[in-house]
Amino acid sequence: MLSKLGILFIIGTLFTSLSIIFLTFKELKVINNLIPPKIYKFSLFQLFFSISSFFILLLAYILSDFSLVNVYENSHSNKPLFYKISGTWGNHEGSLLLWINILVLFSSLFLFLTKNSDKSFKIYTLLFQNLLIITFLIFLLTNSNPFSELFPVPLEGLGLNPILQDPALAIHPPLLYIGFVGSSIYFSAALAALISKIDSQSFAISIKSWVLVSWFFQTVGILVGSIWAYYELGWGGYWFWDPVENSSLMPWFVMTALLHSILVLERRIGLYSWVIVLSILTFTMSVTGTFLVRSGILNSVHTFASDPSRGLFILSFLVLMVFSSIFIFFKFSPKENKKYSVFSKEAFIIANNWFMIFFLGVVLIGTLYPVLLDTITGSKISVGPPYYNLILAPFLIPLLFLMTSGPNYKWISNEVRSLFNLVLVLSVTFFLITFFLIKENNLLINLILFFSIYLITQTLFDFYQSFKKKNINISRIISHLGFGLLIFFIYINHIFSVENNFNLKLGETKKTDYYTIKFVNLEEQSIKNYKSIIGYFNVSNKKNFTSKELRPEIRVYDKPFTITYEASINSNLFSDTYLTMSNISDTDVFNIKFQVKPFMNLIWLSVLLLSLGGVLNFFKRKKDEKN
Amino acid sequence: MKKINYIIISVLFSLLFIVLYLSLGNEKIYNTQDLVGKKISEVEINLFQSNETFNTKELTNNEFTILNFWASWCAPCRKEHPNLVRLSKIKNLKLIGINFKDEKDNARNFLRENGNPFDILGEDKNGKNSVNFGVYGIPETILIDSELKILKKYIGPLNINDVNEIRKIVKK
Repeated sequence: MLSKLGILFIIGTLFTSLSIIFLTFKELKVINNLIPPKIYKFSLFQLFFSISSFFILLLAYILSDFSLVNVYENSHSNKPLFYKISGTWGNHEGSLLLWINILVLFSSLFLFLTKNSDKSFKIYTLLFQNLLIITFLIFLLTNSNPFSELFPVPLEGLGLNPILQDPALAIHPPLLYIGFVGSSIYFSAALAALISKIDSQSFAISIKSWVLVSWFFQTVGILVGSIWAYYELGWGGYWFWDPVENSSLMPWFVMTALLHSILVLERRIGLYSWVIVLSILTFTMSVTGTFLVRSGILNSVHTFASDPSRGLFILSFLVLMVFSSIFIFFKFSPKENKKYSVFSKEAFIIANNWFMIFFLGVVLIGTLYPVLLDTITGSKISVGPPYYNLILAPFLIPLLFLMTSGPNYKWISNEVRSLFNLVLVLSVTFFLITFFLIKENNLLINLILFFSIYLITQTLFDFYQSFKKKNINISRIISHLGFGLLIFFIYINHIFSVENNFNLKLGETKKTDYYTIKFVNLEEQSIKNYKSIIGYFNVSNKKNFTSKELRPEIRVYDKPFTITYEASINSNLFSDTYLTMSNISDTDVFNIKFQVKPFMNLIWLSVLLLSLGGVLNFFKRKKDEKN
Repeated sequence: MKKINYIIISVLFSLLFIVLYLSLGNEKIYNTQDLVGKKISEVEINLFQSNETFNTKELTNNEFTILNFWASWCAPCRKEHPNLVRLSKIKNLKLIGINFKDEKDNARNFLRENGNPFDILGEDKNGKNSVNFGVYGIPETILIDSELKILKKYIGPLNINDVNEIRKIVKK
């Protein structure tokens, strides 16, 4: 029943999308400035059908309707309700349906919310967006249908992978999807802008909010994923340069570059073609990421069960998308009028863009190189953190410097600021204090720390000054402050992290340089869908005589049979004490991983601050529009 | 100029897509079984008990050699250890243990508790040397002959069937 209803709604979405394409096509020949109400109506119906299809799948998960193959393969009736719900997008088919829903949602929102725009620009945007929707609907119906039926209906489902049964991971995919699927709307708008030849400023204004929205969700999505990796994977790290993590970072770099170049474009100082290229590139990177994850050509924690036909479909789509974009770009690319001078705000923004593109290039090469090498020569290599740290870290220094100086230059001006000022003196002082506290010898790390302190001090100073003048660009200040703090805390965390691996039996004590870890007790518990073995550990700090109790767990899930190791983290603002245990079979010895990780919460807070800047800018724009 | 850019970009993308297309058909699982039949690479290995090294070339003196990669923190290694002790009793077979990414004290305790079956004990503190043998996880065991050719590769813990298989190969 639910299966049929779901398919019906999908066909409804397909039909309305086709109708919108037909109507927009017809409308291109009509010369007036009015979009007919029919298009609005169809767009509303399309939204209704697509959201309904998603709710049907959600309902099937909540009711544990195992007549749907998708529900049978990814759910179980004993699972807590929350994870039944998140199971909807915890698999390839369901997440594809979410993809389509976001494409449709952004299509409708663009149609209804974009005001005062050129008619042909809006119509073309709608046309391209609906072409994307159609392609993904065909993919869903022919290859990855979440509503496929199963007969006879099984009594029980196979269950959801336990490491995915986690609150952070339940919201991680939707956040990330809004981010990178949301970028589709400015991809469509960029192609539309080229063909309809609208002026650069109106284009910038019409896409800025969308870029902000997608950038915000992408940032928060990446953050939530990192937090999950930190406490769930049990390794104590939060970023592994895993190919799929990279796939979410690549569109983020382009979005960040785009966000900054739009500022230039808004003021009619050039960069039109560049902004178009970035708009196209963001979504292209998102689809490339999807291809890498879904085709199974990469091995990663994120890889869904691989299926070459899926990969082939997404690759064909990517080819079509890239070549049509290249064709449209070269046929219609606008003429540039470059007006910026060397020491102006625009020049700094362009420099920021080059850094972002450089970072993108490094990550893209690191991710694709092993795949390409394997295919061409057959040799397997893996590219890991040393490559990224070696190549990216030195470039943080000029980036941090540009972020510090750039914003204080004026638009279209050649005025050179004095490099010696109060902020620099203060920054040097703060850095020297930090230096004597941490006693780090590595020159590169010291330089990065200094320039992040410089950025933090400068943004705080800017805040104070603009507060005095009541002319606050708070969003930029908050975001840059967040970035400065992020880099600062990442490095401090890196310097002071402690890790010990050892074996302990119940009742034994291990002494490290600063800590004494006692294995006090072991307990077994039975919880709804898993059995848990809980270790009780007492960790005392020899320096300040404090002690903490930590309770790591080993969980044994039955559906599907999986063992997970849950870290126990005692967390406060300044430091996390992190302990995981794993059993060694046929013995009473447990392998213990003990870590002390300073400033983890401040790393998360810095990213939140970074993304908060985006939200503030979004609301500031809405307010400006109203006035 | 525009046309040249257009052509260059299109060609670059075409090449990229062709390679990606080919990669779709590739074997995704990292498999080192194809190393069987090939010679092991010449590697200097640090000895566990001293600061000296030994070269894998020296293994040509043995009729058969087993290279076993293990660590005290590795649970399956503990499980397979009695089987290594069994193998150590075979006369024309030498056992080389390579202690992988481990702490010395823990490794010593491990051998004290479970017995030391190894004729030579080497160490690979950061796991880099083991890559030369195609080892990416432990335990892993490689059986080679006097020409340093890999006869057999066991990924994961050795079980009693593996021990019998090795006995058969060595007796021939």
